[in-house]
Amino acid sequence: MFVSIQEGDFSPHDLHQQLYSLASQKNAGNTGAIVTFTGLVRDGNPSGKIEGIELEHYPGMTEKALKLLIQDATQRFSLNSAGAVHRVGRLYNNDQIVWVGCAAPHRRAAFDGACFIMDMLKQSVPLWKKEFVGDESTWVETKVSDEYAAMKWMHPSSCALDNG
Amino acid sequence: MQITIKTFAQTREVSGCSSLALDVDNKSTVADVIMHLKQRSQNWANALESNVLTARNQTLCSLDTVVSENDEIAFFPPVTGG
Repeated sequence: MFVSIQEGDFSPHDLHQQLYSLASQKNAGNTGAIVTFTGLVRDGNPSGKIEGIELEHYPGMTEKALKLLIQDATQRFSLNSAGAVHRVGRLYNNDQIVWVGCAAPHRRAAFDGACFIMDMLKQSVPLWKKEFVGDESTWVETKVSDEYAAMKWMHPSSCALDNG
Repeated sequence: MQITIKTFAQTREVSGCSSLALDVDNKSTVADVIMHLKQRSQNWANALESNVLTARNQTLCSLDTVVSENDEIAFFPPVTGG
């Protein structure tokens, strides 16, 4: 497994290769599926257009919480390997923010693992988003839909794909 | 005993303080620490008024958690990453 909190951009292709390589080392021939997710900065919210965001984190705790989440997902879905990268600092529209990848023997576990990590990340990893429009900046509020998506994992259910 | 206070996001902006060394009584709880900070200034009172999560040594904790010497106690709003 691997996690990173970083200011710089990442290459989804390189991260996919890293995950593929880790999964192959751990359980050669047993990995049948790799699912990856890349989150981008949207150019607006329900109130209108934005010009970008700034992500604040809690150095130390953020890395620790993300690592715990990946370990939890690995155990819960019997993943062969998993990884997550989250950017912090100033980001602009269409920039990559987050990458999650899961490798598993079968596709369902890999899809569910990636959904679980994203849903729980939005609830349990110390990261805070601020949106910019001109000189104005506004902290993003927690969404009820995100809380609902995380709570769904407390009960057997399908993957909440509509919460990006 | 001395502890370190840290704040993030809105809690940092409203309190006007990102890090602070604070003297508290032995066996103080996180709730006691909040009370102590709220009495420091109106900014702290506003920052800790509601909807704030607490962590002790980088792990989420409850208000009745007892703090120890050199602990790092952090206050921040619900998270919005991803």
